[in-house]
This record gives sequence, C-alpha cells and structure tokens, in this order.
Amino acid sequence: MEIVLAIMIGVLYAAGIYMILRRSMVKLILGIILLGNGANLLIFLLGRITKGSPPLIPTDLYTFSEAYADPLPQALILTAIVISFGLQSFAIVLVKRAYKVVGTDDLDEMNAIDQDS
Amino acid sequence: MTEQLIFYPLLLQLLLSIVLMFSWNSIRLQRVISITGSILNIGISAWLFTYIWNYGTQTIQAGNWEAPFGITFVADTLSALLVLLTSISGLAVSIFSASSIIPARLKFGYFPIFHFLILGLNGAFLTGDIFNLYVWFEIIIISSFVLITLGGEKAQLEGAVKYFTMNILASMIFLTAVAVIYGLTGTLNMADISVKIAALENRGLVEITGILFLVAFGIKAAIFPLYFWLPASYHTPPSAVSAIFGGLLTKVGVYALIRTFTLIFTDNDFLQDILLVMAILTLISGGVGALIQNNLRKVFSYLIICHIGYMIIGLGLFTEVAIAGTIFYLIHDIIVKTNLFMAGGLIYRITGTNNMKLLGGLYANYPKLSLLMAIPLFSLVGIPPLSGFWPKLSLVTASINQGSWWSIGAILFASLITLIIIAKVWAKVFWKDKEEIPKRLNFRYFDKLTGIRKAQMVIPIVFLALVSLYIGFGAEHIQQVSNRVAGELMNNQLYIEAVFKTE
Repeated sequence: MEIVLAIMIGVLYAAGIYMILRRSMVKLILGIILLGNGANLLIFLLGRITKGSPPLIPTDLYTFSEAYADPLPQALILTAIVISFGLQSFAIVLVKRAYKVVGTDDLDEMNAIDQDS
Repeated sequence: MTEQLIFYPLLLQLLLSIVLMFSWNSIRLQRVISITGSILNIGISAWLFTYIWNYGTQTIQAGNWEAPFGITFVADTLSALLVLLTSISGLAVSIFSASSIIPARLKFGYFPIFHFLILGLNGAFLTGDIFNLYVWFEIIIISSFVLITLGGEKAQLEGAVKYFTMNILASMIFLTAVAVIYGLTGTLNMADISVKIAALENRGLVEITGILFLVAFGIKAAIFPLYFWLPASYHTPPSAVSAIFGGLLTKVGVYALIRTFTLIFTDNDFLQDILLVMAILTLISGGVGALIQNNLRKVFSYLIICHIGYMIIGLGLFTEVAIAGTIFYLIHDIIVKTNLFMAGGLIYRITGTNNMKLLGGLYANYPKLSLLMAIPLFSLVGIPPLSGFWPKLSLVTASINQGSWWSIGAILFASLITLIIIAKVWAKVFWKDKEEIPKRLNFRYFDKLTGIRKAQMVIPIVFLALVSLYIGFGAEHIQQVSNRVAGELMNNQLYIEAVFKTE
C-alpha cells in the first residue's frame, strides 16, 4: 500500500510541475490542482497508514490498547483541501478574467508589464 | 485582562474586517473605521510590545490544550516587534489608501481585505505551530491576490497570474515540507519540532527538509534565484497596495526564514553556507537589476530584492552580532520600503507617470515635498546618521569576525549600487529640467485634490519619515531591541521553555 501511494505521489508531483511549466493558463491551473492533491496524499502517507483501527477508546478502557490511526493528518488534509479549493476557484476566475482582458491563453504573450510606462 | 493579550491584535483586525464589510456601501464610513482602527491597533501592539519587553516571552495554548497537542501562540520579542512594525506601516498605508485608491476600487471591498491581510500578517508572526503558520500564509496570499487584482487592469491581471502561480507553488512546497517534518518528528509545534529534530539520526533528510523550507520561504521573501515573480508584479497594483506588499509581505518570508533557521535547523553548516551564497547573489543581482530599469516602481521593486539580501546574509553568518544586524535591518526596511512606495505613489499622483525618462523638475515645483521624499530615499542608502547605516555596520563587523570576505564585498557593493541608483533617481526625477509630460484625461492629479485628500497623501509619508529618522538618530534604542531579539534567537532554549512552561 505504501509503495503504491509513494509512486502515485511522485507521479502527481511530476505531472503537476510539468503542467505548470506549460505555456497555457488552463494547464497551469490543472498543474496546481495536481500538485495540491500530491501534497495532500503525502501528508496522508507520512502520517503512517494504519488500517482498521480508528482512534477510539473502548468504553471499558481508559487508554489505547493497540496501535491506532493518527487522526491529525486527516485534519491537516481537510484544512489543506478547503484552502486549496478556495485558491483554485480564485485561480479559475482570475484566468478567465485575464483571458478576456489580455485576449490570449499563452503565458509567453503576457508581456505588457515588461514595457516602460 | 493581559492573559489573552496575544490575541488582541488578531481579534481587532478580524473585528475591523467584519465591521467594514457591514459598511460596504459607505466608502466615507469605511475610511473613518479603517483609520481609527489602525490607530487603535498601534496602541494595542505597543501595549503587547512593552508587556513582552518587561515580562519576557508569553504564550497562549489555544483551547487550553497543553503544548505540544494544541495550537500554541507565542509572542517573543521578535514577534511583538514585528506586530508593532506592522501596525505602524498599516496605519500609514490605511491613511494613504483613503486618498490614493480611487473610489471605484474602494467600492469593491478594498478596506476589509486590507485588514484581513494585516490579520494574516499578525497571525503569522504570533503563531508557534508550523501548520498554523501555513494557514496564516494562505490568509495572507488570498488577501494579497484580491488586492493585486482589484481594479482588473491589463497589467494588473498579467502581473497577478505570475504572482499567483509563484505564491501557490511556494505554499505547496511549504505544505510538502510540513508533511515531511510531521513524518519525521510526529509533531507540529515548532518548539517540540526543535527538540525532536535534534535527536534524529537521519541528518540527510533533515537537511532536505531544511532546503524545502528554504525554497518555500525563499520564494515569498524573494531571494536569488527565486525572486523573478516580484519585479513582474509589484509595480502593477495601486501604490498603496505596493507599499504594504513591499513593506511587509516579503518580510513575512524573511521572518519565517529567521524563525525556522534559528529554532529548527540550527548548527547546520551546509544550510548556512547555502543561505550565505543565496544572500550574496541576491544583493548583487537585485542591485544590478535595479540599475537598468526606467520605471520608478520597478526600480523600487528591484531594491526590495537587493535589500532582502542584507537580512539573509546576517542569518547565514549566524552570530549574535549578525542576527542583531538582520533584526535592525528588518526594522529599518519595513518602514523605509513602505514609505518609498508611498513616495512613488505621490510622484505618480503629481505627474501622472512613473517613467523616469518623462519625469523631471519635481524639486523646482514642489521643493518641500521633494525634501520630504529625500528622507526615505537617503535612509535606504544608509548615509549616516540615517537609519540604513547602523545595521550595515553590525553586518560588516560580523563578517569581519567570521572572516567572510565575500559577504563584506557584497554588502559594500550593494550599498554602492544603491547609492548610484538613488542618485540617479534623484537626478532624473527631482533635478532634471522639466519636460512637458503629456496630460492625461480623467486622471485625478494631485493639484486638483481637495485639501484633506492632499493631507491624507502627505501625512503618512511624514509619519514614516519621522519614524525612520528616529530609527537613525535613536539607533541606540533600536540596537538595544535588536540585541535582545538576537540574544533570544541565538538561545532558542528560552523559546522552548516558554512554550512548555506549565502554570
């Protein structure tokens, strides 16, 4: 399980960075989304995967008797998902506006700011 | 009353943003609320600072969860100092915005977002939890995205796409680093990480995590070779926005670097050498970049990059004298850079252009304002006894003690190049004979503004000029503060003890 996740995270990071390096703005957003998912899975993996033992203490006990899944990474991922959702929605609106105003989807042609004025 | 003192700067900004949202329709009311709120914020921040100064580092465990299980908020002298400086710059920019941001932009929620940005800054300075720091960074960048795009001009949107991409990439790298550090240590509390990371055997992985943090914060702080987004975007939004960005946003990156590299990744020659090399290259490339620009605000943007180098060089040298120099430079730079961009905004408002080829004759027409703007310009160069001189003295002394001749060379080279740039700006903008600048239609020139609007543009520049004069002439006090901060940072055991102190 770990090895599959590790390979998947690697692929997501690589694909995300490749997409960010493309010239099209839509691909830029896709790259950011892939990278965000890769980071979330990385937190999940590094929080140690424990199967089938939720962090709940049985009613007749006061402490954990065996290894339990760490709940913190899931809280972190949830926070990170919400934040990246907000940022991605902003990115989509920004790219749409930029496409309307600048009239191109090509990042290389966005060079009005390099001129003196 | 003072138990929750650390939260007051945060609560005040949150309250201000909410109140400002309720007065969405009345710009006049928003201006009044924002300015009075910012004045109140200075009071609270000064209270926090004097309290920390007298009683030492304070902590709050959110929800009363003991460290390291809950989120800890820590106010040591560095945090309290930065909150105070943020409030000073915040007040100046708030007053400046009231006049210089056009009503069309103010109508779309400029002030609420501005106070959200200050909230994020204060939160980032005060938190003691690495994941919480990530969340504050996100609050900062989402507010800054709105501020940089507000108005939706072509150049703004183009700049925003670049700014957005680099900042979100930095956040992702930061998140990756947090994941790795959680996997290594099993904790997110910075003091706890500091204790546990020292005991780790896998030093290679620790160094790689350090590099991840360095890249993530390096993008935000705009150090070489990660700064290219900054000159592509900082000159596009209105000058009040550039002022708060130039004064404070890059400094959050510097703060995060200082915090992680004095608390978590200490005594690591490999990382410190990398910091030193990056700082030297930042000083040189930023300075040379500024030389060839003709747009006044682009010149200032490159100067931000150049002067970030001074702060990083002190961190790379990592002696108490060097860190004191870094802190002093941080204090000086926040005030002066904010003021510089506001002065740039005033010049734009007077003449209608930022192009140095067209500008000229400002001294002949506005001698008093020119003399006022000379204060931030020459403070930046560091002509003694103005404020930029003293930290450079500490940094050069520390470099000599360490025998780091390259850094002395870079510090002096960057000072010289800054002098050349400022002399060029002064000659071209203020002294050159006035040529006919084409008048722009529908542009609110400075002369046409009412008295109170003119005052709102000039008073913040006077205010920050006075603060920077105080930093220069009262250098003794500032040096005392810097030394104390440096002492606390070099002895990170104090920070750890404060976090784990049980009542």
